[in-house]
Amino acid sequence: MAVIRGSSGDWEVVIGLEVHAQVISKAKLFSGAATDFGAEPNTQVSPIDAAFPGMLPVINRYCVEQAVKTGLGINAEINLVSVFDRKNYFYADLPAGYQISQYTRPIVGKGKIRLDLADGSTRDIGITRLHLEQDAGKSLHDQHATLTYVDLNRAGVALMEIVSEPDLRSAEEAGAYLRKLRSILRYLGTCDGNMEEGSLRCDCNVSVRRPGAPLGTRCEIKNVNSIRYVMQAIEHEARRQVELLEEGGAVEQETRLFDAGKGITRPMRSKEHAHDYRYFPDPDLLPLRLDANWVEALKRSLPELPDAKKARFIEQYRLSPDDAGVLVAEQASADYFEAVARGRDAKLAANWVMVELYGALNRLGLGIEGSPVSAAGLGELVDLVIDGTVSGRLAKEVFAAMIETGKGAAFLVEERGLKQVTDSGAIESAIAAVLAAQGDKVAEYRAGKEKLFGFFVGQVMKATQGKANPALLNELLRKKLAG
Amino acid sequence: MSALTQLTIAEARAGLRGRQFSARELAEAHIAAVAAARPLNAFLAETPERALAMADAADQRLQRGEARAMEGIPLAIKDLFCTEGVLTTAGSRILDGFKPPYESTVTAKLWAAGAVMLGKANMDEFAMGSSNVTCAHGAVENPWRRRGDNRPLVPGGSSGGSAAAVAARAAIAATGTDTGGSIRQPASFCGIVGMKPTYGRCSRWGIVAFASSLDQAGPMTRSVRDAAIMLGAMAGHDPKDSTSAPVPVPDFEAALTGDIRGLKIGVPHEYRLDGMPAEIEALWQRGIDWVKAAGAEPVEISLPMTKYALPAYYIIAPAEASSNLARYDGVRFGLRVPGGSLDEMYENTRAAGFGAEVRRRVLIGTYVLSAGYYDAYYLKAQQVRTLVARDFGAAFQRCDVLLTPTAPSAAFAIGEKQDDPIAMYLNDVFTVPVNLAGLPGISVPAGLAADGLPLGLQVIGRAFDEATVLRVAEIIETAAGFTAKPAFLAGGG
Amino acid sequence: MALDKATVAKIATLARIKLPPSEQEHLAGELSTILTWIEQLGEVDTAGVEPMSSVAAMELPMRNDEVTDGGCREKILANAPDSAGGFFTVPKVVE
Ligand SMILES: [Mg+2]
Ligand SMILES: [Zn+2]
Repeated sequence: MAVIRGSSGDWEVVIGLEVHAQVISKAKLFSGAATDFGAEPNTQVSPIDAAFPGMLPVINRYCVEQAVKTGLGINAEINLVSVFDRKNYFYADLPAGYQISQYTRPIVGKGKIRLDLADGSTRDIGITRLHLEQDAGKSLHDQHATLTYVDLNRAGVALMEIVSEPDLRSAEEAGAYLRKLRSILRYLGTCDGNMEEGSLRCDCNVSVRRPGAPLGTRCEIKNVNSIRYVMQAIEHEARRQVELLEEGGAVEQETRLFDAGKGITRPMRSKEHAHDYRYFPDPDLLPLRLDANWVEALKRSLPELPDAKKARFIEQYRLSPDDAGVLVAEQASADYFEAVARGRDAKLAANWVMVELYGALNRLGLGIEGSPVSAAGLGELVDLVIDGTVSGRLAKEVFAAMIETGKGAAFLVEERGLKQVTDSGAIESAIAAVLAAQGDKVAEYRAGKEKLFGFFVGQVMKATQGKANPALLNELLRKKLAG
Repeated sequence: MSALTQLTIAEARAGLRGRQFSARELAEAHIAAVAAARPLNAFLAETPERALAMADAADQRLQRGEARAMEGIPLAIKDLFCTEGVLTTAGSRILDGFKPPYESTVTAKLWAAGAVMLGKANMDEFAMGSSNVTCAHGAVENPWRRRGDNRPLVPGGSSGGSAAAVAARAAIAATGTDTGGSIRQPASFCGIVGMKPTYGRCSRWGIVAFASSLDQAGPMTRSVRDAAIMLGAMAGHDPKDSTSAPVPVPDFEAALTGDIRGLKIGVPHEYRLDGMPAEIEALWQRGIDWVKAAGAEPVEISLPMTKYALPAYYIIAPAEASSNLARYDGVRFGLRVPGGSLDEMYENTRAAGFGAEVRRRVLIGTYVLSAGYYDAYYLKAQQVRTLVARDFGAAFQRCDVLLTPTAPSAAFAIGEKQDDPIAMYLNDVFTVPVNLAGLPGISVPAGLAADGLPLGLQVIGRAFDEATVLRVAEIIETAAGFTAKPAFLAGGG
Repeated sequence: MALDKATVAKIATLARIKLPPSEQEHLAGELSTILTWIEQLGEVDTAGVEPMSSVAAMELPMRNDEVTDGGCREKILANAPDSAGGFFTVPKVVE
């Protein structure tokens, strides 16, 4: 648990996150307009999204399913009856003057998310609720000197608002929480987690207190759009509050914005009118009732999620918790690893995936989906290592060539003549040639300078262009030197 | 002026199919009547060209023997219904110039049944009112006059333009909407038939929303049979409205058997208000006698929550309206009054765009939903609503329909009751409980007051039992033999 | 309940309706009368009564996840008091 050391003693940071996760669906929550990112302004807008007179909402079944799946994925209670409310406020990108959301009766209740901490331990962060609501449109303030431009393409897209308990105690934990949540959402296929495109947005509630004291006054930092920024914003905001309190001031409950350029938070300039959302049940919609059997069936159809997969990897493949954690972060990496590991030495497979493959992908700036080497291709290479066709050292060379050319491992080994020499005659003759050329060193060795063994190995390897089978080479060389 | 404007839907249907006249002739007669009715201010927009084009299409259908339920019938459409490409303002300045890019489900169904659009009928702004004096574009006049008194009277509201047009023979029938009595009360004031179907019977899609949990569209006609025919064309499940009932639409006209023997007719004693005019009491008693004579059995029943329905309604409806009307903000359609900031633009636009009654209700609605007051007002009203609905549920254990007056008075003069919103709200005392419970109700002209103004009786039924409501209403209509005509007849006498 | 001018001004701000101070007094009176009349609901015992938000005795219908609407920018913008470059426009907002 991180503390901030102030001049007057320690402070504890208390953080709760509200994440808005855009549901993956073809059409919007209450209208049949498309949800694709990056379309021309106002081309994905139905009269319902623009709140034209007389327009009515009809809910998208798939969005409900996505929310329930997500609830199940965060170990939460699914509420078989939930209610859609109107949250009333005026804003340029909120066409109806209200947002359809869920207030007193959300679709998903209490749940939890397990954090894997840096020291290898885990900690459960409470989820207060998850509710379904509509997204607003987009206001562009920088297109014109005196006008704000409004694009309603995003208006009405389904969001899941996922609210955590104030259980997080540091910027690092907040980062870990977001990474884990994103991983779960991506596993479930309910949100693509793309923060740059705004599919995952985070509001941070930050307060500080003396360790063990009651909760302090919190500030809400709105709409932070990367995990790094979330961590910076929390870091800055906590320090700001500590400084304020240590100077004898008081924290004012307010909404703040994060200025990524300066790395600071600042109060919103538009001092909003005192919030009074006048929630009430939307009379255009009826309570949402879910069938318990349907929920059960969804539960059974869930994919294996990161926590379960990690536990299985540790158990089944004898991987370290760290390695397993790295491999399960993305479903695609986990699948890739398992395809390589299937029927092979799992640790060797994990190494190849995490060291060579990840290294190469990092250099190329590619994700696992874009890997030039398929899992089957890497498996083939690992097989060649295991059966001794290619040495571990040359295999790296082969892998580099595979990345570069996209050609298969066996083909490259053949084409480039990298096959390991296991013919004892060939190795023996190479040894003989080396020993003949290094007569004095042989004498020294035999006189007791055994360190020279490595030198001879190197020479023979060089003579065979690295292709000699190391074990065989060692055995034959030892025999030869023993005379 | 022509006899063609005197016809009911059923009569016009027979005449069209029998080639006694064409749909174009029928439309032309009504287009002339709409123009002649201008002194009433019943129409906000006239659509004669569209009417003729639709009539010509109807004639082709008729010629091919493919006439549909409403083939060639000229209608007035309340301005609350969005009509594609045709000005739709909900009687408000805030929708100045608004031409919807879509057609409401109900009007689309009417056009699909062959009906012809004459124009858009005037109404209380956003359907908030019982008098049609709150219209942004001037009050509507009731075509009726008190005997020996030429002061203009209100047509009732909010579907006052529709009622006035139908009563004045400017349209054979009209669409209305009813949130707290807005079809039945003006029907009563104008001497026509007006039916509010069960909530969910007609789609709300494309109807400018006032109070979503109460709004319901219905027919306004000159006979019960016409109401049955037209309701059949308007009703039906609509997947675009999440509160539209997925139930089949029966043949309402076939339900008019003229036989109500053995039916139990509930008479709620709480509807005997103190100070209600004696002639309304008397009319009500006559109605009870008529159904009894037809073989039904009147039973005294109790609706204990009656007194509280109106105040509950005046929390629920404004609350929903305050939210429904938030979209009129000067950004995407309608009026915009500039301002230095976004908020100033909103405030200027909404101040200029909304009339006094709309502002009053939006403010009340905002207040009752605001933090700290929600439980005391809104939640309480919703609980009372539950009790109101239970009252009806209990009553329908003992009877098949209820029979009541439609309104506690006949039409009043324009200018009367203006300063006292509550006196105005009391017009809806007999109609509002029906909306709270979501039940079907109809107003049938049943007689004249001493001053010569029409009075209606209301029949209320079980949810989705419009058939029985219509059947009883027709008995009353026949017994009443209401043939009086208003002083002003656009379509000639 | 009697509403004072300040409360009326606050509600008007929440509802974004400009209300000149000259009208506040009058409206405060009118709204107070209506609220007082409404408050007779206090006489009703509603302990344990479920609030009714809809009379529709049916399940919430759901639609399939299909794109059936949108792609009609001209129609969406046609009624706008002001627009530019495919956007709605409003007085500049400073955040
Ligand atoms: Mg929130
Ligand atoms: Zn939210």
